[in-house]
Amino acid sequence: MAGDAPLLDVRDLCVSFRSGGRDVPIIENVSFTVCEREILGIVGESGSGKSVTAMAIMRLIDDPGVSLRGSVRFRGQELTTLPQKAFRHIRGREIAMIFQDPMTAFTPVYTIGWQIDEAIRVHERVSKSEARTRTVRLLGDMGVPDPERTANRYPHQLSGGLRQRAMIAMALSCNPALLIADEPTTALDVTVQAQILDLLRNLRTDYGSAVMLITHDMGVVAETCDHVMVLYSGRVAERGPASAIFTQPAHPYTAALLDSIPPLTGPRPMRLPSIAGVPPAPLERPPGCAFAPRCHYAHDACSVLPPLVRFAEQDVACILPGEGKALPPRILHGAEA
Amino acid sequence: MTDILKAIELRKDYRLPRGKTLRALDNVSLTVRSGEVLGLVGESGCGKSTLGRCLLRLTDLTSGTILFEDQDISRTNERALRPVRRQMQMVFQDSYAALNPKRRIGDLLAEPLRVHPDKNGQKRSRQVIEARLDELMDLVSLPRSALARYPHEFSGGQRQRINIARALALSPRLIVADEPVSALDVSVQAQIVNLFTDLKEQLGLTYVFIAHDLAVVRQISTRVAVMYLGAIVELGDTDTVMQRPAHPYTAALISAVPEPVIGASDRRILLHGDVPSPVSPPSGCRFHTRCPKAEKRCSEEAPLLRSIDEGHEVSCHFPNL
Repeated sequence: MAGDAPLLDVRDLCVSFRSGGRDVPIIENVSFTVCEREILGIVGESGSGKSVTAMAIMRLIDDPGVSLRGSVRFRGQELTTLPQKAFRHIRGREIAMIFQDPMTAFTPVYTIGWQIDEAIRVHERVSKSEARTRTVRLLGDMGVPDPERTANRYPHQLSGGLRQRAMIAMALSCNPALLIADEPTTALDVTVQAQILDLLRNLRTDYGSAVMLITHDMGVVAETCDHVMVLYSGRVAERGPASAIFTQPAHPYTAALLDSIPPLTGPRPMRLPSIAGVPPAPLERPPGCAFAPRCHYAHDACSVLPPLVRFAEQDVACILPGEGKALPPRILHGAEA
Repeated sequence: MTDILKAIELRKDYRLPRGKTLRALDNVSLTVRSGEVLGLVGESGCGKSTLGRCLLRLTDLTSGTILFEDQDISRTNERALRPVRRQMQMVFQDSYAALNPKRRIGDLLAEPLRVHPDKNGQKRSRQVIEARLDELMDLVSLPRSALARYPHEFSGGQRQRINIARALALSPRLIVADEPVSALDVSVQAQIVNLFTDLKEQLGLTYVFIAHDLAVVRQISTRVAVMYLGAIVELGDTDTVMQRPAHPYTAALISAVPEPVIGASDRRILLHGDVPSPVSPPSGCRFHTRCPKAEKRCSEEAPLLRSIDEGHEVSCHFPNL
């Protein structure tokens, strides 16, 4: 990563919904940066606030009951206060987004090519035929076989993998500096997922784009991302370089989450280490550490909200490192096999 | 080990408009041994769910034979099938859709106990049913107070426990679980996988465990059957299949699983394209269009499932040995 200013700088982002006369905090003080050409993974379980974070950055939360605080800077420009009209020049052009379900993200009544052409022509003054040439090239780049013909097909005529490729082609049509991908491979089979992840990994060299990859799958993060941010119940549990987090997770939640994934190689445990209970609902979040009720290491000091502190290469919201009781490195079996 | 269920040359065709047929199962034969966990893996559309449903006669077969404890149940009518149904139950993926939202948990779990007579052919009394419900809650580690509540009051993991409890109500011998943990978060998934393991030990159950997640299947299964486009391409002991996959598809499938370890993706076999449509499957070996080892013979002649080692079967002309 170049040492200059980050591409995206999110500081203390808070989103709360108004429900039943109360403010329900969905995400609290989420801060992170994405540098040029970096791939950042945002990982967490359902309800942890991953998608809300992305929607807030893209200003796609359009509900009068929502209050949004904090700052989102893109190339130094504040996005949260930008007028809607000005934001349109950024959304889709500078920052593009792809979603989990490419079927619902495309309009079923127009062809794939028509929709990608439109995205190009909204942002740039080019003729229809120039736009189509670019669309076909993009589809080809994304590994779509026979791109001219595919461009003339409707979304329902394509397989899930092809639809997701077409969606990435549309997102890349204006060469965005940042691509936000919200669970882009969750609906796909593993062999197709492998192809799409390969594509995302190569975007930085082929298109110079940075990627913010939202996923619940730690495996996807390990294989794709440079940096990771782990969210738990709307708060940052841990963030730092993937190499550090996957070898020595500093937050007990990250460690437990990694442990609960059944291994693909090495000895099979009789029982999987599991995390008891479920994440708290936003209104039932404990005042201290949100993970404390499920944490093996919880003690009295955990009733105070732990700040993010520096430990080794990562930032962690846990008091253990400060108490000199950092977690041991992960034990990996057969990783080199 | 005795065989609890035997499937012989199962075929299931679905008729489509304009005279087309979709062959969801093509000559599938397999044996489920008593006390084992047979994992069924494959990508969407490979026929794993159809096979699961056919094994329990929830879907009628086009042709083939199913023997449950040596009794032919492939064409038995619903009435005659009832006593067998008690012995085999199913757990579904969508824990919410599987439970009637308007009825209390206790009511839902009591239904099979009311419908089916006990082993002496007698109707169960209310006291017996109530005692059994408490027992079931204890088995799946839910508080007994859950019986008075409704499905929407529970989390996904808890609802899956309820579904498991219902499947266990009549003390079946065989459970077919169709993607029972794939809708759950990882931390909860581990709890449910452990619950399946514990119940099997405690009650001496046999499972057919259907999943697309190879890591989960490896964790729970004693044997694995890998399916591709309606056929079994490889079958064997879990450790053999996972460590020395003989079919190129199995090898690619295993290598495609993203592992939470840095650098694990370096040994990946990247397949091209998507799974072809089962309406018009490729000629010869169905995998030859995506296979890195395909030769001319593969597009002309369909390989048969054959034994390459004790208990290890593969359908490939050029298996990795």
